[in-house]
Amino acid sequence: MPLYYDDDQTMLADTAGQFMAEEGSIKNQLRHWRDRDCKDGFGHGLWQQFAEMGFTGILVDEDDGGLGMGQVEANIVLEEIGRNLTPSPFLSSSVLAATALKHGSNDVKGRWLPSLLSGEKVYGVAIDEGRKHRPETIGCKAEKSGNGFKLSGKKDFVIYGASSEMIVVAARTSGSDSDRDGVTLFAVPQDAAGMSHDSVRLVDSSMASHITFDGVELDGDAVIGEVDGGREVLDAMLVAGRVGSAAEGVGVARGAMDMTVDYLRQRKQFGKVIGEFQALQHRASHLYSEVEIARAVTIKAAQLVDGGSEKADLMASVAKAKVAKVAGLAVREGVQMHGGIGMTDEYDIGLYMKRDRALQEFLGDQYYHTGRVAELSGY
Amino acid sequence: MSDSDLEAFRAETRAWLEANCPPEMREPVRDEDDIYWGGRNATFKSDAQKAWFEACRDKGYTVPAWPRDYGGAGLSPAQAKVLREEMAAINARPPLSSFGIWMLGPALLHFGTEGQKQRFLNEIARGEIRWCQGYSEPGSGSDLVSLQTFGEDKGDHWVVNGQKIWTSYADKADWIFCLVRTDKDNKYQGITFMLYDMASAGVSTKPILLISGNSPFCETFFDDVKVPKSYGEDVPAQVGEVNRGWDVAKYLLGHEREMISGADGGNTGTIGAALARANGAIDPVLRAELAQFDVDALAYGAMGEKFLDEIKVGKAHPAQPNMMKYAGTELNKRRHELMMAAGGSHALEWESEETSGGKPSRNWLRTKANSIEGGTSEVMLNVISKRILDLPGA
Repeated sequence: MPLYYDDDQTMLADTAGQFMAEEGSIKNQLRHWRDRDCKDGFGHGLWQQFAEMGFTGILVDEDDGGLGMGQVEANIVLEEIGRNLTPSPFLSSSVLAATALKHGSNDVKGRWLPSLLSGEKVYGVAIDEGRKHRPETIGCKAEKSGNGFKLSGKKDFVIYGASSEMIVVAARTSGSDSDRDGVTLFAVPQDAAGMSHDSVRLVDSSMASHITFDGVELDGDAVIGEVDGGREVLDAMLVAGRVGSAAEGVGVARGAMDMTVDYLRQRKQFGKVIGEFQALQHRASHLYSEVEIARAVTIKAAQLVDGGSEKADLMASVAKAKVAKVAGLAVREGVQMHGGIGMTDEYDIGLYMKRDRALQEFLGDQYYHTGRVAELSGY
Repeated sequence: MSDSDLEAFRAETRAWLEANCPPEMREPVRDEDDIYWGGRNATFKSDAQKAWFEACRDKGYTVPAWPRDYGGAGLSPAQAKVLREEMAAINARPPLSSFGIWMLGPALLHFGTEGQKQRFLNEIARGEIRWCQGYSEPGSGSDLVSLQTFGEDKGDHWVVNGQKIWTSYADKADWIFCLVRTDKDNKYQGITFMLYDMASAGVSTKPILLISGNSPFCETFFDDVKVPKSYGEDVPAQVGEVNRGWDVAKYLLGHEREMISGADGGNTGTIGAALARANGAIDPVLRAELAQFDVDALAYGAMGEKFLDEIKVGKAHPAQPNMMKYAGTELNKRRHELMMAAGGSHALEWESEETSGGKPSRNWLRTKANSIEGGTSEVMLNVISKRILDLPGA
């Protein structure tokens, strides 16, 4: 498969790009909801529009009412989300939770998919425990209790958790914290007794929950996939989410770079446009080169996911690590090259820096994934 | 061509390689004389090298994608990719290496007359003539267009005077493709892309000893060299029009940059696992650097694949080879820095059997030229600024 978009994908990129630049723009969404101190951190109206475009079910099989597309297509939407800093539950609901539900029974799908597809509800995922992403260790416990389970423990960094109708929770049903086996995924409804959210606003104006499960009673039908066999589903979620967040990061990097290069073409000092200074030209050109490479490896990783390649896991980490490095560079260079105005809230470049910072942490930062590349390569 | 035709071609190719590529030609290249460059004075190092070259020459596989009329096999891009993959699968050495194949050939295919193509492309494909490239001059490095080597018009010939530098293997070459100023009043439109015999009276070469201890480059001097304007009917001595050689030079620089970038896999391999195996315990900070490098190398590999895919269908930005060259050569320099660091004192050995005569350190030093030859990294960044980012005054 060639490493560029085919005609359908190009059309999707155009559609998603136009939609996000208009409806999902920084002014219409991010600033709008932020300035109103919105407790959701995103607009439900826009999420409805995502549903009308079919984006909510982009990864859901056609038989289940979705578009039945792949990671490449989900990534196309995410790159546009990144460029426009569009706040939405797309990554957590339509990529991560949807990937989990793919592995659910027909009952599980029947219960949760329709309101995801319709844009009526959003779903979250609870994986991390503690400040850093370490999914190899899962201490949150679900003990057998009657016909169901009793869930106890804590989860962190659950994006849009408080707004989520259901949260996919990775919990331990057997073994010790760092065992690979013995993990089970549960679909925990928002109104489950014993679940409490401590919802906090993050640096990028998104919302995230610390969740405490205090003996939450769950039916057996809350299980997604197999009891004790959740690790495989979790791995699939992580790969999809990492490659997806890499795509959003590419969008953030491109958005910041485009804005910065535009600024270099306009801003005058010392009697000339600052883009004439070679010191800035070389930094901008280096950034361009890095962004192109980050984008290429992200498309490559998405194609490998869609092809079911055994290299997908490695390349997901490569993409996440590379994009994190490059997007970080893009936003830092962006703020610096904007000078004083880059430090103001009025100017958008700082918003890119904030979003990048949050994305860096989501599903593992560059250090985690770089280390993982070494481990997977055998050193 | 359908997928099944392509698979049939693959099976055919595999069988042909099996029958024609001797086992010795599937071993890694160890020394300079393991590479066959062809030319008037060429000798073969072994019977296997000769047999492999001749089999490929007769099949058109020294230049598989060139038309049959010009000595190639007329393979489509998809077929050529299959041949490349099958050769890589058995580690087959290139049967013939030459600047004729890499550089002059593409220029002639694009700008040459039919007569030039018939004569020179066939000679290149058959390995009969070894070419060198006369571009840089002592006073014209990054600012190549300021070149001063002058060809005075004498009616049916030019008289060329001047000096070139960094002429790769000029001392071993039969002919040169050379940028010569033919109009002193016109900077860009005053250069002619000339072809002439290195055995002409007045041509002399002097190898330059490099920090790697090797001398792949020469100084080349032209002292009243008489260059005929024509080598026969429809075979002019210049490629493209007189005074329009800069267009040919720019086109070729794109090719050269693409080649040096290693987009085709030359610069994309990872090193962490191999270095850890070869050198035992690795300092954790170095391990982190190796992992960072591997991330960058794998990402650049995807970029190379994307770039080549896009080139095939005309989707790549025309200035993208500059970006590839910049990123690829900087990556390769980093690779060798890390290989030296991981190799410790072993990698310092300049002359030892263990290191095949100082390979690690000589290769490390050689890579420093990567970001200089064919346009420096700084020039690449200038070009990206101007042509891709559209920054003013660049």
